Amino acid sequence: MARSKELVPSVGRLSRSGVFAARALYKGAKKTTAAPAAEVPSTKEVQVGGAKNGGKRVVPTSKASRFYPAEDVRQPKKSRKSPKPASLRSSITPGTVLILLAGRFRGKRVVFLKQLESGLLLVTGPFKVNGVPLRRVNQAYVIATSTKVELSGFKVDEKINDAYFAKGKKSAAATAEEEFFSEGKPKEKEAFPATKASDQKTVDAAIVAAIKKTENLGKYLKASWGLSKGQYPHQLSF
Amino acid sequence: MGSTRLYTKGRVLGHKRAKRNSSPNTSLLQIEGVATKEDAQHYLGKRVAYVYRAKRPIQGTKVRVIWGRVTRPHGNSGVVKSKFSSNLPPHAFGASVRVMLYPSNI
Repeated sequence: MARSKELVPSVGRLSRSGVFAARALYKGAKKTTAAPAAEVPSTKEVQVGGAKNGGKRVVPTSKASRFYPAEDVRQPKKSRKSPKPASLRSSITPGTVLILLAGRFRGKRVVFLKQLESGLLLVTGPFKVNGVPLRRVNQAYVIATSTKVELSGFKVDEKINDAYFAKGKKSAAATAEEEFFSEGKPKEKEAFPATKASDQKTVDAAIVAAIKKTENLGKYLKASWGLSKGQYPHQLSF
Repeated sequence: MGSTRLYTKGRVLGHKRAKRNSSPNTSLLQIEGVATKEDAQHYLGKRVAYVYRAKRPIQGTKVRVIWGRVTRPHGNSGVVKSKFSSNLPPHAFGASVRVMLYPSNI
């Protein structure tokens, strides 16, 4: 398995990521499963010769090694900790208007719906108002404003969870280029799934109704946010 | 059309240094509008991008970035210390950096 030939002692030819690529472990877990090992009894009976001491003995099937380390080897402590999803900042509650700070929709104002199991925030523009679809964001990339949309009676459909946003399986084509030009001409763009479009509509209907109750709230959500000269975030209150 | 800037401007003052020794693994930044140690608290942990242009394109772009983070205040006048993924080169001294608004805790 020595794919990273040493250039000089202790310095490999390949980087850590290079070795990973060469080992090609990412190509998927091994599919074959080992055949179940045949049950072997731990002891067996043997006939021992000898005039005075002959007879049958029960001996272990595999002889224990005569060698054992004189020094105890320390076992690394098993960690019983598991990562927990981040707790929500107190400034973010359902209906809070958030400002997105990074990503495709940076600078946009969105409405927070709920925190998903992974700890990510489920937000929507609403799409009808400012073009931001139902989306997951990390709360580190978000500013919570003091503006709130009244969503007290609103419940997000349970089916909109982390799995809902998972990407579909990629096709077998080796490169993106190969896939794109597979039939001699550029591939048609896949249509947005109708179920997701209707989910967006049902969620947004309730929120748009709530937004309409407050004057100018729709305009506020439509406007994007940015810092201008002389504005310093440590002096602003959002 | 409103502004779309989502970062605060900062300036690279130099490496952390003493009279004769410099420690290039820490850089000093002056963030716009920050004049006291208390103001600087808001920016601790924020990501910093030193964006510059180079001759040779990499992945089709001549723009490159060195990312870093604000670590702690430096002195009482709002200057902050920062660490970058690779040390800032001396030609970055005096250059402008982007102090991002994330990771946010507002």
